[in-house]
Amino acid sequence: MTTTTTVLSARPSFVETFQRLRLGPYLFVLGVAAIDYVVIGPNQFVNALTIGAIYALVALGYTMVYGIIELINFAHGDVFMVGAFTSMFVLTQALGQDGPIDSPGMLAVVLFINFTITMIALGILGAAIERFAYRPLRHAPRLAPLITAIGVSFILQNIIQIIYGPSPINTPQVIDPAARVEIGGVSIGVVNIFTIVTAVLLMIALQMLVSRTKIGRAMRSTASDRDAAQLMGVDINRTIAITFFIGSALAGAAGVVQGLYFGNIQFTLGFQAGLKAFTAAVLGGIGNITGAALGGFVIGFVEVTAGALGFFVWGQAAVFAVLIITLVFRPSGLLGQQLGERT
Amino acid sequence: MSGQGVTTTTQPSSTSGNGAAGDVVLELRDVHTYYGKIHALQGITLEVREGEIVTLIGSNGAGKTTTLKTISGLLHPRAGTVHFRGRDVSHTPAHKLVRDGISHAPEGRRIFSRLTVMENLQMGAYTRTGREIDENVEHVFSLFPRLAERSGQKGGTLSGGEQQMLAIGRALMARPKVLLLDEPSLGLSPILIQQIFGIIREINAQGTTVLLVEQNAQQALEVADRGYVLQTGRVILADTAANLAANPDVRRAYLGEI
Ligand SMILES: Nc1ncnc2c1ncn2[C@@H]1O[C@H](COP(=O)(O)OP(=O)(O)OP(=O)(O)O)[C@@H](O)[C@H]1O
Ligand SMILES: [Mg+2]
Repeated sequence: MTTTTTVLSARPSFVETFQRLRLGPYLFVLGVAAIDYVVIGPNQFVNALTIGAIYALVALGYTMVYGIIELINFAHGDVFMVGAFTSMFVLTQALGQDGPIDSPGMLAVVLFINFTITMIALGILGAAIERFAYRPLRHAPRLAPLITAIGVSFILQNIIQIIYGPSPINTPQVIDPAARVEIGGVSIGVVNIFTIVTAVLLMIALQMLVSRTKIGRAMRSTASDRDAAQLMGVDINRTIAITFFIGSALAGAAGVVQGLYFGNIQFTLGFQAGLKAFTAAVLGGIGNITGAALGGFVIGFVEVTAGALGFFVWGQAAVFAVLIITLVFRPSGLLGQQLGERT
Repeated sequence: MSGQGVTTTTQPSSTSGNGAAGDVVLELRDVHTYYGKIHALQGITLEVREGEIVTLIGSNGAGKTTTLKTISGLLHPRAGTVHFRGRDVSHTPAHKLVRDGISHAPEGRRIFSRLTVMENLQMGAYTRTGREIDENVEHVFSLFPRLAERSGQKGGTLSGGEQQMLAIGRALMARPKVLLLDEPSLGLSPILIQQIFGIIREINAQGTTVLLVEQNAQQALEVADRGYVLQTGRVILADTAANLAANPDVRRAYLGEI
């Protein structure tokens, strides 16, 4: 009989460590982006990053909700749309803005207030949708909440349509769309930089929250095994509500930058963007937060590249073609599911 | 304290091996639990006293797991009551009962596979705050040195035995008054089974009351003070562990004696 003491564990070699980091998908996307840079040029490249950042922010909400309750929240795109309208309301009604703000200090204050109010309001909206539309159906067959989500989507669209009408309306571009800075010989719009930086900061904050904090652990363990999480003392209802709050707050932030970047918004905004953000989430690996971020940027690139190469009408088709090709080779998306793995 | 003044005549008074048995901490009275239309528990009455190790034995489908789930709040009885330290907790949700001192290491380990060993233990201490948590981690590591070596590893990559250690360690992190263990020895090697039962004794000696569900009736009756035999959702026998182990019916049905 052998004694069961520790077998000498070899330190992982550099190569092993490298493989364990699983950088493959990231390097692949970076490589494709680099080639794309040459093809579409710096301006379109920045445009792709900006649009991708918005898709990524929205995609996070899809992936978080799917990760925790396996629901494809079809209303999430419309939550994003409501975010854009809320931002417009805050800027025009609460802060009295109607165009670019010159003073940087003033601009910072306006943006800060706008983001804070919009994100909190949308977080509450998301948590309320969960509470009243999805929670009562938690134990119903999976089709029921899915249909409900579509219903919620229509409700949000109709409410905004009733209030603001069916046509696109202007929203103040408080960051001057004409303002540009020179970086490495390339002139880049300030609003682009602002969008990308904001999105990346929010993604990092989310990643830290999920990976380092107690509520993050509660979310991951709820995603992984709901009963076991309950046995640890996790209040499942509260944790799911917080997940909706955070995902919807991020969609709210995406709505803010959408308005700042494009300058006009419409009640149908959420359908298109939601579809693409959802595609981004699936592309990255639904349930996986980093995957959703990565997927968002990929979708941004595909769409802008198709447009830049003169296939604008094919933009949508290109997005889905990329999705299908990716799923053929990696059925669980670029990074696979991660938030919590079902056992 | 129990304070309920209800004496169940069908049950023997506790004759605890270590003599530490005190007040009734856990009491089920005529508990009926259903899964939809399935009547899984058909009137379970049992009690656990402070400091005891009590075991539930019975064949597959007898209702052992359902009993534990009904105690820990994952399920709620449709009739009858569960009292914990004198309070009716029949309809208290599981996440609150953890705070009150009931910790349940469920059947099938149920560790969080994507969380590291350390994170799993931190989840065990979810209801608690403060520096003692680190001391508890040290305590669990001293019980299961293997876990210390693997603290940064994802739970899902542990071996079955290591996962079982983690499941028990995680349940201990809540510093429970009553620990519910559902088949802790399942799928383990004989050496590990010995080790697990040793640890159950140790945990109990340190003051934790244990309600143990086991297929391994032999071992369970050795370590326990008292036992209940379940069959199709009912208690068919309740006695001291020693008497149960000597009972010919029990020996035939659960100890593999012909
Ligand atoms: N989720 C469920 N849905 C429906 N019926 C269930 C469910 N879980 C258990 N049952 C039924 O309830 C009864 C008791 O099951 P339980 O899991 O408590 O048995 P057990 O004594 O723990 O058995 P084992 O030794 O096999 O673990 C069984 O008849 C079982 O089929
Ligand atoms: Mg069982």
